Order: sequence, then C-alpha cells, then structure tokens
Amino acid sequence: MDLGILSIFVEPSFYLGALRLMVPITLAAIGEIIAERSGVVNIGLEGIIMLGALSSVYVGYFTGNLYLALLAGISTGIALGILHALISIYLAGDQIVVGVGLNLFAYGIGVVTLYLTWGTFANSPIIPKGAQIPKFYGFSPFVPFTIAVGIIAWYIIERTSIGLRLKAVGENPRAADSAGINVFKIRFFATLVGSVLAALGGVFLGLDWLASYTRDISAGRGFIALAMVVFSRWNPIIAVFSGLLFGFLFAISLSIPSGIVPDQVIWSIPYIATVLVAAGFVAKTRAPAALGKPYKRE
Amino acid sequence: MSIKYWKQIVDSLLSLMAGFFVGGIIIWLAGFDPLLFYQGLLIGAFGNLYYFMTTLSYAAPLMLTGLSFAIAARASLFNVGAEGQSYLGALAAVSIGAFLTLPNLAHQLLIIVFAFVLGGLLGGLAGWLKVSRGVNEVVSTIMLNYLSLYVSNYLFTYWLYDPMRAYKTKNIETTAILPFVMPGTDLSLSLFLAVLASFFIYILLWKTPFGYEIRAVGLNPTAASYGGINVRRSMVLSMFISGGVAALAGAFEVMGRFHCMDTELTYIKGYGFDGIAVSLIGRNHPIAIIPASILFAMLKTGVQAVQRYTSVGGRTGVPLELGLAVQGVIIVFVALPSIIDMIRRMR
Repeated sequence: MDLGILSIFVEPSFYLGALRLMVPITLAAIGEIIAERSGVVNIGLEGIIMLGALSSVYVGYFTGNLYLALLAGISTGIALGILHALISIYLAGDQIVVGVGLNLFAYGIGVVTLYLTWGTFANSPIIPKGAQIPKFYGFSPFVPFTIAVGIIAWYIIERTSIGLRLKAVGENPRAADSAGINVFKIRFFATLVGSVLAALGGVFLGLDWLASYTRDISAGRGFIALAMVVFSRWNPIIAVFSGLLFGFLFAISLSIPSGIVPDQVIWSIPYIATVLVAAGFVAKTRAPAALGKPYKRE
Repeated sequence: MSIKYWKQIVDSLLSLMAGFFVGGIIIWLAGFDPLLFYQGLLIGAFGNLYYFMTTLSYAAPLMLTGLSFAIAARASLFNVGAEGQSYLGALAAVSIGAFLTLPNLAHQLLIIVFAFVLGGLLGGLAGWLKVSRGVNEVVSTIMLNYLSLYVSNYLFTYWLYDPMRAYKTKNIETTAILPFVMPGTDLSLSLFLAVLASFFIYILLWKTPFGYEIRAVGLNPTAASYGGINVRRSMVLSMFISGGVAALAGAFEVMGRFHCMDTELTYIKGYGFDGIAVSLIGRNHPIAIIPASILFAMLKTGVQAVQRYTSVGGRTGVPLELGLAVQGVIIVFVALPSIIDMIRRMR
C-alpha cells in the first residue's frame, strides 16, 4: 500500500527524532520557567543555546573528550547566567535589552568562530566520535534526562520550601524581603539554573543531534521556548508535553521529502505553530506579578 | 540642550566605545591587528569621498529600521521584527517594480505605499496578538521573521526570479528606481527620504495628539487608560507604523541600490537587527537616530574594510557578522543603568 507523504509516520525513526528534537526547547523552557518564577526574564535564551553549542563543539572537536566538551558547555551557561544576573538583578538594568544584545553577540561570534577555526561560513566538521553523546539503541540519554529535569523542577517549585521562596520572590519581592528571604540571592541562582539548562539545550544540539556547529544552530528555538513558558502556564510538567508537541512539529518539518510541498512551507511549520498555539492559549494565564521588574531595596 | 540630554549622549558614547573596545579585543584574539578595525572604521567614514558616500548609503536603511524600533519602543513594545518586515518591503518593491508598468513617480509612490501597508500589516498583526491574545511581541515578531523570510524566498525562487540568472529576481523597471545622488557611488535618494521620515516621525510622536497617546501608553498604560486613551488601539497602530517604516528600508534598498533582490535575501539581511542597536544608542529618539545610524554605518564599512585586509588570495576575510557581535556588546552596555548615575551614587 502506498501511503505517500504519510509514510513518514510509520517509520520508528520519525518518533525517535521527535523525542530527541523535544530536548533543546524543553530544557530551555524549564530553565526559563524557574527564572521567571523568581521574576527574571531572559530573552537571551537563543544566544545561550548558540554559545552552549559553540563552546562544547569547539572543545569536543579539539580534545575529542566528551566530558571536557560537556564541561565547556555548562561553564558557558554559568558564565552567561552570571552576566545576566549581574546586570538585571544587582545593577537593575533592562532585562529585555540585555537579552537582545546577547542574542546578536552570540550569532555574530558563532559565524566569526566558524570562519576563524574551520574556514567556513556554514558549518563545522563533525566532531570526533569520542566527543559525541553516546546513544543506546539509537536512544539519546538526553531524552530521559530532560523529562527527569521537568519532574524535578516541578517538585521543587510546587512541593518544597525553596520553591515557595522562589514563587514569593517572583510574586511580591518586597513582602518576601521583609519575611527575611534574600531576594537577590534567590533570583541569582534561579537565573543561573535557567541559563545552564538553556546552555545544555545547546550542548545537545552540538554534541548529540548535529555533532557539529552550524550557523543559526538554534533556529529560533530559544524564542519558541519563551513562548512555551507562557502556554505551559509556568509549569515544568506541561512544558515537557508542549516540548513533545514541538519536537513532533520539528520532526515533521525535517522529514517531509522535498518536492511534494514547497520546502518553504514545511520549514515554516514550527514557527507558524508557535504563533497559533501561543495565540490560542495565552489569554487564560497570568505571569508572576513581579516578572521583569528589578527589585530595589529602599 | 538640557542636562538630561547631555547625560544620555555621554552614556550612549560610553556604550559605543565599550562595544568598539570589545570588538577590538575579539579581533586581537582572532590573531589580527585590532588597529586595522579602528583604522577601517575611520577610513570607512573619512577615507575618501567614495567611502564617505558608501557609509551614508548604509545609513539610510539603518535609519529606517532604527526608527521602526523607536516607534514601537515609545509605546513600550519591543518590535524585533523589523528584519521580517523589511523582507516584505523588498518583496513589494520587486513585485510591483518588475511586474507592473507605470509612469515615473506613480510607480515609486505605489511601491512605497504597498511596502508600507504590507510591513504595517505584519507589525500590526504582532500588535494585535499582543493586545487581544496576550502573545509576547518579542516571540511573535521573531516567529514572523522566519515566516516572511520563507514566504519571500518562495515567491522570489518560483515566481519573481530572473530567467537568465535564477539566483536573483528580475530587475525593476527604470520608472521604479530611486535615482543615485552621486553617480559611481551607492548613495541614492533613499538617504533623503529616510531623513525626511525621521523628521516626520518626530512630528508625529511629539506634535500630534496621536503621538501623545502613544507616548502616554508607553510611559504608563494604566494612567493612559484612565485618561481616556484607547491603549489597545495605540499599541496596534504603533506596531503598524513601526512595521511599515521597517518595510521601507527593504523597499528602498531594492529601489535605490540593487534594483533586484537575491532569492535568499542576503542583500538586506541584518538591517532589522542592526536597527535595534541604532535606536537604543539614539535613545529611541527619531532625531538622535540620524547620527546614530551614521555611526553604525561606519561600523558596517569598517567591518568590510577589515574583511578586505584579512582576505588572502581567493579566500574571503573575517565575516561581516563580526559587526553583529560588536553591536551585541554595545546593546548589552546600553542595558546597564546610566554609568554617570552609578558614579554619582558612589560618591
């Protein structure tokens, strides 16, 4: 029986692909949920994903060592998290503007590094096998890791005293402060965790999915994650499910063979879907009350 | 000028210097002489008449995308969609310019109106999604950037292409061209139209009730609403105008410089994002955006100069994306609270 275009849906590899493509957006979204619950917005997710991927691929390519490559990606996440936290929490700078700057910087530095290191404008060579994330029967360990991170994040936010303090800081920092909670410290660590998770999303793209760095490697995933945060209603478990949905959409846009529908239509799928889903869900939700507002002690 | 303005100018200049300094460090880390970069910036600006005119020609689209960002920012909206909106402007210019036959003036005017409306609808859509569905405009405009890239790419590749050279579109008719100001250089009438637009937007924002409403919404939407201003309408309209002005950047590049577009739109990629930095350095003020756009045009010609110096044989030099990295650093410095205030507080 000829299924035509539908034949992609009977391939098991399609579903494995969808599961793996969920990873970067979901990790970034969970991290952003933690940060936003504390009242800090990070528009720079896209840039953090790019630089997380770039640093891990760079180190992985030259050392061939998976652990060093992972370490590079995570350190990048920590460094960018500290930068964002410093400017937006301690200096009370503009959170949106910092993020926009970081995204531009990351994209530019990515292309410049590609050129200076590998003499190309498009993509790096494949990194050595030893630096790639090992797969078990075609299954990436990043998939269960992402789901576990979602469950743990949900548990910490909803069922522990740390989570209670996190939410208090995001809803009413002044009241939290007078109750003896260190607003700056909580926001600092929430931002840091958020940034590291986004960087891990980039590490997955660089060391697992593509095993290389490509120009615009993130392809808008940081912004899709930002939208996902809202229509997941700041809930990490729902974020895992919406991540699955978008993994599925990205898998469709990558596996429909060209020539049936114009490529450009297929490539647009995840972006159109993001706008549509966001428009359909958002109106019923409410953001943390102090989101995006720097806290200043009197 | 009041103290307030001077403080803002000093802050902007400090951000710029910080960005150029970090840019120099990047070039140094890359193994090149950072002095080349600074020299390139100066040669790009003052080297000779040709370079100066080229710099000015880049200032035109930067001024328009900068204005676009400023108009939305005045209503406290972050339109990071000037990139996609400018693609639609190029699409309008190519489709009307190459495929319609009209007399001079009428042809250019129709392109300008069509481009403005097309870009305006895209911006207005993001504004509408914001006010009626609560969709963050940063997210929606980025998604629409991808959409307009693929739509334009599709139409250019399959419908508007040049049969002789399929990598680009057909050339527009001579009646659709914006004439060059100085033959032999790239400077066209678009610069004057962009300056005109800056003054027009200034008057619109500061001298009309409509502009007053936009700025009131930007300063405090709750107060504006109590004052009887239709906040939603002001937001959507500011996004419409913002998108329209960004589209003019794309349209003018087609009408004034290239007279066609490559199917991948690489000719005009980046102007939308550049505009964010231009507007922020100009503190979202239409008149201050004029000198800011010339400064960033210097950065563009400067980076091109570095690329020329660093190219060996058939191999191109440092990619132009270096300029984006420098701009990113400049924007991060703009996000910092006023440096002057910080120093004052320390004393």
